[in-house]
This record gives sequence, structure tokens and C-alpha cells, in this order.
Amino acid sequence: MNAKPYWFKIKRFTIQSFTILYLFFSSQICFAAGEKITFPKLDWSFSGITGTFDRASQQRGLQVYKEVCAGCHGMRLLAYRNLKAIGYNDDEIKAFASENSVNTLNDDGEVVEREARPSDKFVSPYPNEQAARVANGGAYPPDLSLIVKARSDGANYLHALLTGYVDAPDEQKIPDGMYYNKYYPGKLIGMPQPLYEDGVEYADGTKATADQMAKDVTAFLAWAAEPEMEDRKRLGISVILFLLVLTILSYLAMKQIWAPIKNR
Amino acid sequence: MSKAKFKNPVVKWIDHRLPIFSFMDHELNHYPTPKNLNYFWNFGSLAGIALVTMIITGIVLSMNYTAHVDYAFDSVERIMRDVNHGWLIRYIHMNGASFFFIVVYIHIFRGLYYGSYKAPRELLWILGVLILLLMMATAFMGYVLPWGQMSFWGATVITNLFSAIPLVGENIVTWLWGGFSVDNSTLNRFFSLHFVLPFVIVGVVILHLVALHRFGSNNPIGIDVRGTQDTLPFNPYYTIKDLFGLGVFLTIFAAAVFFFPNFMGHPDNYIEANPMVTPAHIVPEWYFLPFYAILRAIPDKLGGVLFMFGSIAVLFVIPWLDRSSVRSSQFRPIFKIFFWILLADCVLLGYLGAMPAEGIYVILSRIATAYYFFHFLILFPLLPYIEKTKPLPISISEPVLSGSSPASAFAFREKK
Repeated sequence: MNAKPYWFKIKRFTIQSFTILYLFFSSQICFAAGEKITFPKLDWSFSGITGTFDRASQQRGLQVYKEVCAGCHGMRLLAYRNLKAIGYNDDEIKAFASENSVNTLNDDGEVVEREARPSDKFVSPYPNEQAARVANGGAYPPDLSLIVKARSDGANYLHALLTGYVDAPDEQKIPDGMYYNKYYPGKLIGMPQPLYEDGVEYADGTKATADQMAKDVTAFLAWAAEPEMEDRKRLGISVILFLLVLTILSYLAMKQIWAPIKNR
Repeated sequence: MSKAKFKNPVVKWIDHRLPIFSFMDHELNHYPTPKNLNYFWNFGSLAGIALVTMIITGIVLSMNYTAHVDYAFDSVERIMRDVNHGWLIRYIHMNGASFFFIVVYIHIFRGLYYGSYKAPRELLWILGVLILLLMMATAFMGYVLPWGQMSFWGATVITNLFSAIPLVGENIVTWLWGGFSVDNSTLNRFFSLHFVLPFVIVGVVILHLVALHRFGSNNPIGIDVRGTQDTLPFNPYYTIKDLFGLGVFLTIFAAAVFFFPNFMGHPDNYIEANPMVTPAHIVPEWYFLPFYAILRAIPDKLGGVLFMFGSIAVLFVIPWLDRSSVRSSQFRPIFKIFFWILLADCVLLGYLGAMPAEGIYVILSRIATAYYFFHFLILFPLLPYIEKTKPLPISISEPVLSGSSPASAFAFREKK
């Protein structure tokens, strides 16, 4: 028997398995497409299997978060020490943390405030959900630690949402304390437009357009949601290369072991 | 059994008193396996490896997990952020569940296509269906543990199904919850059961293997092994083939874990559970979608629950529903067509399970559900009376009785 039918079998098997996988996954894709609003797909530096975060963009994003978002949104899963991963040194982190204060107990058992340390989690703007709701007309500004993972196509959604404030069509009634956003499910959102041109003054001199700020803060939040991403992809490439070699070797070994049987 | 000769004196000494080495030699080394198995026979060992992977990663995760409504979500995030390679362990476990189901579903459809459930392998099949049921219970409870929105609302919807039971339904639900809503006691018991059920699965898998090794594997042409000319020793022929299959599987699995770890998950589960906010669409994990579609296809709640459980219950009895003595679809031209219809039907049910229960989706769900039961309850028993099966080969290695040119079963398969 020559090699052709065997290759053909491999090919057929591969096609069959991928068809089955595709059939299973396609139901997921259809389901994900259930969202009726479509938003622009951007070319993020961190998308794709070799994508990495853009440090400069992340740092600008942190600045946007700090100066704009942090007024209402917490990031309780992030610690100040984590900022080392986006390129800050220990002193910068210490200084950044110390701008916030946390409650602690003193030796007499009294609640006192102290400066936040790098080991502390990001201090949330409100002490609890109730306080946050009262301060925001009943709406609760969600914690942003996982926001990019917690929304379908999170990075594109977030960028679209932050730049999606447009004039409402005439027939649209806007209740008090609500704002029109063409990308928000239901179009009425409790968050006023957060980003305006030159809303922040970037330390690195980048022109702070609303679009630029939205991109930067999204890059920062994408990292906050998946801080392991760069390690994960790097390790993944090595693992897959190893597995490919293992698979090819085991295939060749299999061919050799089976040769006497196939040729009988 | 005592044929094995061991050179190592320690092995010899132990084996004389406790014949585990003879046992392994017999069941893993010499174990006679049909020589014509195709790649669909790889999925049994893959399922076993998936189970072991899930148990090992699960044990490590449990060392870092806190089963409490106030801490569960954050403890999972701590695993993702602060535990060394915690993200890897969790993503393997999370995607491993999906891949375990993919492998097991292929394994099941392989059994359906080649008639592996037929005598004398009925108990082997039944044990397999039992493993599927246990897997579903385990996976469902595992999905609750991260305590995200889908965890909480999925648990609420599924446990509420039991309220459809007449008279005692409400009491049963309260008993399942350990309270009056899905709450801390529910989370605790789900964690406990999610930890212990995999070991029950291991037990049933061992029985599954004992039953398998009684008569050995079925094979693509579905006729019994006639003698040693039809078989090969498991090692090295199938150990190497399984290793190659494992390599392919792990490569695809690694691609998911490292590059698309959340593809098969739902974004809402990265929002902490909130009993006051219901998600817009509550959907189960993809591997439950066909059953979810059947549940929703029936307009009556109790009826839906019965049909959903019935869709699995019917699998237990198919060895007796299928009256044909021919195992493999290769020799059953009509059965083969209906097999692909059934597969398409199940995929369609999966799709419908992910769609909102309205309009055309409801009608399609009902048609697909009706077909599912028609296939097993009506087609299986009646088809043998109208179907003309193709002539069977005399044996795996002998020429086909009435075939003209094919020289062997191998060549016969190649031709198709």
C-alpha cells in the first residue's frame, strides 16, 4: 500500500474533526451574535495570538482612569503593586498609592486613616454600593477590574461606548439623569459622557482626543482584566511548538510500528 | 494470566503474591484489540485523560478556592492574578470541561454509528450513559462555583426545574438549596458534590473498562473478532496510535487554553453574582444547550422537565430499541442516513438552546425534539423490518463473502 490513502485518511479525519468542532462552536458564535448593536472593530495591539500591550498607551490609560473614571468607578481587584507590570518603578507606585488613604486600626483599637501602600488594592471611590447609588442618581457605576472580560467583545464595546455619545433622535425621550449612547443596550445610559477633547493633559504629549483617550483607557482596562495575557500567549507558543514536535514524532513512530501490518 | 515472565526479582516476588504486574501486562500490553480500528476509537482514551486532567487541576484549584458567597468570586480572581500560574490551572480546568464534553460526545456518536451498544456490550453502553449523567451533574455544579452572574442564575433556573414535580416539588427545591433561595448553603453543597462526584465517575469508568475488556472493542465493520489474525496486541499498536491522537488533541486544547480561554465561556460570569439583577439571557454552558432546547420546546413545565430527562433516559435503553443484528452503519444504508440526520438534529437543538425561546425558534425546537425521540423510539425498532443490509464480511481479515474485488476488510473500507 502506498502512502497516499493513509494521508488521505489523515486529511479526512482532520476535516471530519474540524467539521464537528465547527458545528459545536458555531452555535456559540451565533449566540454571541445575538447582540443586535454592532460596534466598530479596532485593531488592538493586544489582539491576535502574538499581541502584546502597548506600555505607553496603558500608562496614558491609567492617567485617564485616574483623572476621569476613578471619580465614580473602582477597580477593587487591582493592587497598586500590579502597576509594575505596565512599566512603573517602585517609587512611582509608592507615590501613586500614597495619594489614597485606607482605614486601619491603631494600637488603641480606633479606626484611623493611613496612606495606601503598594500592597493595598485600588481604593474605591465609594465606601459601598448604596453610597455609590445615592451619589449617582440610583445608578451603580460598575467596578472596572474585569469590565473588558465581562462584556461580549469587551475592548471594542468599551471603546465604542466611550465614544458613542451622539445627539438623540427627535423621537427619543431622555429621562432625567439619563444620557443617549448609540452603543449602549437600550441606548439610555446613566453615565454622562466622560471623555471630551483635552479632558486630560497627557504626560507624554500625545494629543488627547476623545478617541485617543477611549483607546488608551481601554488598553489599560484590557490589561487589568487579563494581567496574565502576555505571559499566557508567550507560554502558549512554546507549548504548542512542543506539542507539534511531539505529535509529528508520535505520528512517525506510529507509521513505523504499523508499517508491517499495513504492508501485509 | 500467569504467562507473563518478569526478570526483575522484586517484580517477580510481588507479582507472585499480588498479580498486579500480570494484570497490567494482560490488560494494557497483550490485550487483543481489533486491528481495523479507525481514529474514532481514540476518543475513549482521550476522555480518560481529560478526566484525569480535570481531577488534578481541580484539586489544585480547590486548595485556593473559598466556597462562600462573599469570597468565592474574589478567590477565583485571586487564583487568576496572584497564585503562581493559577490562571493556567483555572483555564485548563475551565476549557477542560468543554473539551471533555466534546471528546465524550464524539465517543458517544461513534458508538451510535458503529452500533457499539449492541449485544454483548449493553452494560458497557449503559455505564457510559451513567458517566455522561454524572459528568453533567458535576459540570453543572462546577459552573456555579465561580459565583458569577451565570453561575447564580443558571443554578436558580436548573434547581427550580424540580419545582415542577407535583405535590412535593417546592419542598424538594428547598431541600436542594438548603434554604429558601440559591445561597451560601447551596454553594457549599455544590462545592462538596463537585469535589466528590469526579471520583464516583472514576469508579464508573473502571467498571466501564472492565466491561470493555470482557469482549474487547467493537470495530468499524462491527463483526466479532474471529481469532488472533483479527487482532493486534494493544501495545505498541494502539498505545502509539493513542499517543498520536493525544498529541493532536492537546495541540487543539492548548490553542484554546492559551489563545482563546474565554471563547466557550460567557462574559456575564465575570460579573459577580447578584440576586437583585437578572441577566438579559440566561443560557447554560454550550454542552447543555441541546437539552435546554428540549426543556423549552415543551409548553408545559413538568412536561419539559420529563422530556429533558427522557432524552437521556432513552439512551439507557437503546441496546434494546435497536432490533437490528448488524452493528456497523457501513452495512446499514438507511440507518446511516438517519445517523447523520440525528447528528444534525442534535446540533440544531444546540443552536436553538442558545436562541431566545420565541417565534420560529420554538417551532423548530419542537420539530427537532420530536425527531430526537422519533429516531430512538420509532426508527430504531422499526427500521430493521424495512432496511436491506449489505453483506457482511466473513471476518475482519477475511475476504468479503459476496464482494467482487476487495481483498480484505481493510481494502473494503479504503474503497468507500
